[in-house]
Amino acid sequence: MNLQIEDKGAAVLMDVKEERLDAHNSGELKAQMLKLFEEGKNNLIVDLSSVRFVDSSGLGALVSGFKNASSRSGSLKLSGLQLQVKSMFELTRLHRVFEIFGDVDEALASF
Amino acid sequence: MSTDRVAVDVKVPNQTRYLCLIGHIGENIARALKHYGGDKEKLAYDLNLVLTEAVANAIRHANEGDPSKEVHIEITIADRQLVLRVYDHGQGFDIGQFAAPRHPMEEHGRGIYIIHNVMDEVVYRPTDDGYVLEMTKNL
Repeated sequence: MNLQIEDKGAAVLMDVKEERLDAHNSGELKAQMLKLFEEGKNNLIVDLSSVRFVDSSGLGALVSGFKNASSRSGSLKLSGLQLQVKSMFELTRLHRVFEIFGDVDEALASF
Repeated sequence: MSTDRVAVDVKVPNQTRYLCLIGHIGENIARALKHYGGDKEKLAYDLNLVLTEAVANAIRHANEGDPSKEVHIEITIADRQLVLRVYDHGQGFDIGQFAAPRHPMEEHGRGIYIIHNVMDEVVYRPTDDGYVLEMTKNL
């Protein structure tokens, strides 16, 4: 999976540089998030602006990250959702769970 | 009145690397329809999504991740009706228990709910050597 990770100070940015986040690659995202949590980095921004398609496995990986961050007194926030990706969060009611921002800067400013 | 007629039959190895291929086939079929009056880009996303969910389900659960197995997919459009069939070699499961929305904090089990939401009719029935998930949408 093409995933760019950058420490932005207040949070670590995970930029998912993939067109699809699905059952094929969502496990890698989950593993990378766990690695960051183990390093004590509990505030994450997952930027999905490159992602055109997300399935239930992709959503599941993000829920996993959200729960892990919360249990470590951190938080996982999302940015850059394309319209159809956003509608997936609405369909599954996950838009009520995640804090969703227009772009990385907005998300970063919220920490 | 003219209608679109499409019949696609494809078999892929039981590996998630093929989800993208199957999803794109669904997307491209939607975009190629001549007589669809609705939002083609929405339909394209939905077919990509439903095929991805159904095939991922077959790969991971029904075929238990066995890479030597195969998933068989049929896509048929006739008489303004789209039918997707995904055949697996599994033991079947109770599709009814996954039809309702999951609790937001659940990590798994949203696929069938999503399929139900997009398609008009969803049936999971036994075949000679496994099960088929048959999903119908009126166009």
